[in-house]
Order: sequence, then structure tokens, then C-alpha cells
Amino acid sequence: MILDILKAFLVGGLLCAVGQVLIDFTKLTPARILTGYVVTGVVLSAVGLYKPIAEFAGAGATVPLTGFGHLLAEGIRKTIGRDGFLGIFTGGLTAAAGGVTAALLFGLIASLLFRQKDKL
Amino acid sequence: MAERIARGVFRTDTPIRISSYAAVVGEKEGEGPLGECFDEVVTDSHFGKDTWEQAETQFQLEAVGLALRKAGLQREDIDVICAGDLINQCIGSAYSVRELAVPFLGLYGACSTMAEGLLITSVLTDSGIADHAAAVTSSHFSTAERQFRFPLSYGGQRTPTSQWTCTASGAVIVSRDSGNIGVVGGCIGKIADLEITDINNMGSAMAPAAADTIMRYLSATGTVPEDYDYIVTGDLGVVGSQLLRDFLLKQGVDITAQHRDCGAMIFDVEKQDMHCGGSGCGCGASVLCGNFLPMLERGEAENILFAATGALMSPMSLQQGESIPSISHLVHLRKEQA
Repeated sequence: MILDILKAFLVGGLLCAVGQVLIDFTKLTPARILTGYVVTGVVLSAVGLYKPIAEFAGAGATVPLTGFGHLLAEGIRKTIGRDGFLGIFTGGLTAAAGGVTAALLFGLIASLLFRQKDKL
Repeated sequence: MAERIARGVFRTDTPIRISSYAAVVGEKEGEGPLGECFDEVVTDSHFGKDTWEQAETQFQLEAVGLALRKAGLQREDIDVICAGDLINQCIGSAYSVRELAVPFLGLYGACSTMAEGLLITSVLTDSGIADHAAAVTSSHFSTAERQFRFPLSYGGQRTPTSQWTCTASGAVIVSRDSGNIGVVGGCIGKIADLEITDINNMGSAMAPAAADTIMRYLSATGTVPEDYDYIVTGDLGVVGSQLLRDFLLKQGVDITAQHRDCGAMIFDVEKQDMHCGGSGCGCGASVLCGNFLPMLERGEAENILFAATGALMSPMSLQQGESIPSISHLVHLRKEQA
């Protein structure tokens, strides 16, 4: 368990550090870095590189946005296997449905329970 | 009576008076190096209201109320109010004036709004249309973030050149014949565009506008920076201020000794982790009303040029890849005998 946490921390931290470097030293806007991460995740997953990283680091690789790209790619791959061509259109969102719905629900719960504050 | 001395530049021998002013700021601004000089520091950024937008309106109402009280005026005495803010359709101002029931001209000059408001109220007062006119602006960190960037709950990261929109409001009452600060000249800004498209680098985008306006006023009046105690810009921030001084130096004008930037002054950039400093209509307005106008009143300064700058883009224009058009309006403030 401790080792899992350490692995997640190191890999997740490394992915975030790359983002911080991009914010501080390039002219890329946060929105571009964010979409860039998702696309990178898709590409790494497509060439088979992201799956081993995700298996090694767990949440450290699946929670950052590259993990979302990996999820989309995996979902499409699986659904194509089952539904064929149509899977290209349905696979990504189907795979992400759980995460998206959870985000909406938890967002709603948080907004009901807490009052928004200024950024600290 | 004010008279034209060059294109967009006017001067007057009989000063138009500023009879009262007030600044109300939020908690972070109150914790900054200028915290002591504001009339009121409101620690609840909701100001007891349900939404940030209503809070911003409340900041304006508070600033106007304080300024009126200091001048011993009622709101019925104000002939016209020129107000603006950063929220879509300037609702911060529209809803505050709804409460005040004063004849209203809505302004949008982004962060240059206080200078724009002072120009217009001065001319209205000078022409005899108004006995007392109020120039009011406000900004609120949380309304501006969702207006121009992202909703706060999205938790976006701030970039090194980004500035912090001040939660603040300033109100100035311009009067025909009372007050010991005078508006003696002004310069209406022209749009400048350095083709910067990064909303997190607005100081750099606005610097050329400030340089152009300051140069135009100096050359039209035949004055030099040494004729002024301070040349104040609104919210160029740390990066933009350096750029402004460099621009002017290239044209042979050195304002390093006189230049102050409200955005760079309002926060302790290092201690408060403010990246490039403060911004927003409320930034220039509150530092003017809390720091520079009192200095004139106390006689610690005789002549001040206040050149607030505004970045006139919208989120839509930026999404379409347009660069940031910027403007800077200038008012010349002078210590007068009461």
C-alpha cells in the first residue's frame, strides 16, 4: 500500500510538474496544456505505452488528464471490438460516462453543502 | 472653461474641483502595503449578499455613500453619475445606480474606467450641465475571473505574468466650486495594439497605450516629467510598468523617478504571491482615492498625472484569435486652494 502510494505520488507528481513547467516557461495557455494532455494520453494509449504506466502507478497515472485520454482511447478500442465501426463514436464517451456523471453529482453535492470562496 | 489644446487633449485655467472621494476594498487589498489608506476594508467578499455580482454592486454603493457623506451631500445633489465595471453589460454599475436613482451614464473602459469617468464628469461639470457629478468604478476578483477566464470552482492555474483582479471600488465626486483638488487637464486615449493575444499578459498589452497618452499630453502641454510629482498608471503591473518606462525612454522621456503603478503598489507582490500585481477598474480607482488624492489634499504632492489603462478585449474576441486592443485616458490633477 505504501509503495503504491509512493508510485502514484511520483508518477502523478511528474506529470503535473511537466504541466507547471509548460505554464511557467512557455506561452501555452492553461486550456491548451489541458487539451494537450488529453491528446497525449490518447496517443500514448494508442501506441500501447500508457497502459503499463497506469498499471504501475495506478491513480497517479489515471487521475491526471493524460489518464482521461487513455480512458477515451481504451474505451474506443474495446467498443470497436464489440460494435465495430460505431464504436469510434460511442466508445469514448461510454467509457468516460462514470467519471463525468460522478463529477456532476459530486459538484452538485459540493455546491449544496458549501459556499463558494475567493481563491486563496 | 476647458479648451482644446491638441487633438483629444484639453486644459483649463479655472480648475474643475474634486470635492470628495472614497475607496472601499476587499480583504486581500486591505492586507497589502496600502491597506491603511483605504476608507473601508470589507473582509466578507460576498458583502453579505448571495452572489459575487451583488457584492460588487454593494462595493460601489458603499464607496458612493462614503464619498457623499464626506462631502456632506445627498444623492439628490448628484446631477449625473458616470459608472462602469468589468461584468458583462456593466451590471455592477447598473444595479448600484438602480438603488441610487441618479441620472446615469454607463461607461466601459475596462480598467481605464476611472480616468474615463473623471474626464467625462469634469467636462460635464465644467460646462455647467452638472453641479456635482460622480465617477465610480468597481471590480471584484470573483466576478472578473468568471467573466474573463474561468469559473473559480474550475481551479485553473495562474501564469507568471498574470495579475490579480482587485476586489475594490472607488468613487470621486467632481463639483463646480468646492474642494482643494483640481482637474486641470486631460487626454482622451487612442487604441494601441501590440498584437498580444495572451489574456494573462495584459500589462504588456496596455503599456504602449499608456506611453502614447502620456507622450501626447506632455507634448501638447509642453511639459516634462519633472513638472509632475507622480505619473500614475492604473494596473500595468510589474512587467507592464517596465515596458512603459522602456517605451518612453526610447522616445527620450525618462519617467522612472515619477512613475508609480497602482497595480504594482496595491499588493506586496512577493509576500502575497501576486505574480505581476493587481488589476481591474477597482485597482486604479481605489489607489487613486485611497492614496494619491489624499496626498494632493494634504499637500504632499502638487501635480499628478493619472493615466489609467484598459484592455478592451472580450473573451469572445480572444477565442477568435484577436489581439488585445488597449487604451489609456489621462487626467491631470493639481493641488488647489480651497
